[in-house]
Amino acid sequence: MSESAHISVRAVHKVFQSAGQDVYALKDINLEINRGEFVCLLGPSGCGKSTLLNAVAGFSLPSSGSIIVEGAPITAPGPERGMVFQEYALFPWMTVEQNIMFGLQIKKVARPAIQAKVDELLTLLHLEDFRKRYPKDLSGGMRQRVAIARVLAIDSPILLMDEPFGALDALTRRTLQDELLRLWLELRKTILFVTHSIEEALYLADRTVVMTYRPGTLKRDLAIDLPRPRDVASPAFNALKKELSQLLMEEQSRHTQDEFRSAAVD
Amino acid sequence: MRRYRHAASGILVPLAALAFWQLVSSMGWVNATILPSPMRVLVKWWAYLRPLEVFDPTQGSYLKWCFSGELIQDALGSLYRVLSGFVIGAGLALPLGLAMGYSRVVNGLFNPLIQVLRPIPPIAYIPLSILWFGLGNPPAVFLISIGAFFPVLMNTVTGVQTVDSIYLRVGRNLGASRLTQFTRIILPAATPYIFTGARIGMGTAFIVVIVSEMIAVNNGLGYRILEAREYLWSDKIIAGMFTIGLLGLGIDTLMSRLSSHLLKWHRGLEQG
Repeated sequence: MSESAHISVRAVHKVFQSAGQDVYALKDINLEINRGEFVCLLGPSGCGKSTLLNAVAGFSLPSSGSIIVEGAPITAPGPERGMVFQEYALFPWMTVEQNIMFGLQIKKVARPAIQAKVDELLTLLHLEDFRKRYPKDLSGGMRQRVAIARVLAIDSPILLMDEPFGALDALTRRTLQDELLRLWLELRKTILFVTHSIEEALYLADRTVVMTYRPGTLKRDLAIDLPRPRDVASPAFNALKKELSQLLMEEQSRHTQDEFRSAAVD
Repeated sequence: MRRYRHAASGILVPLAALAFWQLVSSMGWVNATILPSPMRVLVKWWAYLRPLEVFDPTQGSYLKWCFSGELIQDALGSLYRVLSGFVIGAGLALPLGLAMGYSRVVNGLFNPLIQVLRPIPPIAYIPLSILWFGLGNPPAVFLISIGAFFPVLMNTVTGVQTVDSIYLRVGRNLGASRLTQFTRIILPAATPYIFTGARIGMGTAFIVVIVSEMIAVNNGLGYRILEAREYLWSDKIIAGMFTIGLLGLGIDTLMSRLSSHLLKWHRGLEQG
């Protein structure tokens, strides 16, 4: 195991009880993520990719094994691992500005510094005109920009993203993917990004880790060596896409069989 | 245009009811003591509203004179009792509700007692309230505070218990302390429920004030319509009832305006 790993997942198991039986959501997961690396976790729904992300976030700790971040095992959620949720999870009673500054207020940062940081982030994410708006008045894409700004405000070295663009339309999604890449290149965060979209994983990540469906294991760890910005129509991109599709379809068909089986039992 | 049509259709049924009432009275189908005509009620209403004495500058300001009418004094008396009872009842229910919603332990301690007391209508407390507080405002305020207490309590508990856990996860992720979680996340997230409870509590308080004035005090709108009955002044009874209706509507409108203003971030109120 390399000493330089920023996040190190070691022999992690996560077991749930379902109908009196042990279900392995995660089985013997070993994963090293380097500082500044952009890693996508890819898999069909139910493969445990969100479980793994939540374990790294500290919301739900592994049943066994350990997750080492910056050399120390994690025991609880913390601001050095900022999370962006699929459902945006903005506080609806706070304006855009208040949502972004919340984490800084918790850190007890001085007011002028908060204001400066908020201004900077509003500019960075093109949200200046929405400063005083409430989340209900924003589109999905705008909400996710705010959620990203909220995490960037606390300056976490690690960003955990749980299908953050899953609910967006294709164009908004691509725009936000490009913005995320721009921010990542500029700020050099370590990003662990969960998705079920092959194209998204190939478009964004340095490495794509494919997970299997029940038990959740790592099926394939694939480095994406294509230069950025990536051309989704290029032969190299499509070759990788085809490869990942096949891997994923095998898992998907097991998932489907499983659903048929449980439907038959019902 | 559409708005006018809406308003016009809204006035249709009241007008028809009024016309029918007038018809019943003019045709002499019903004894005027049992059901006075709308016109008589209106005249009585004006007399009830108007100052009793002629204006005398030595007795105080013109404004004071304007408010010296019986109806206004009664309405102010009722309003005072409603507000004091509401402040006491809601003021006790809010912290208890927050604690019960937040802590299973507190909920386990208080919930059984609350569930037994809750179905007892405030009116059932009348004998005790007189025994404990005698006559006058105190028993009335006591009854009203009971009426306001339970709706605020139950809604506050539900509001805190149903805070979406994702907000709490965000809070933990950002490093919020338990206190910050409570004041900046749980409390604001529960406000829509708390305001709903306050609005229901205010409605109950208004019902209870009328009843309490019929037993314990000698002014107020509830007292006045009971007094009018003794003299068979049915016109004054009806005038008093309409006053109660309008005042209740006014309070409710005010409450709902206030909550939509304070909850302008809330999705559910967009159409409201």
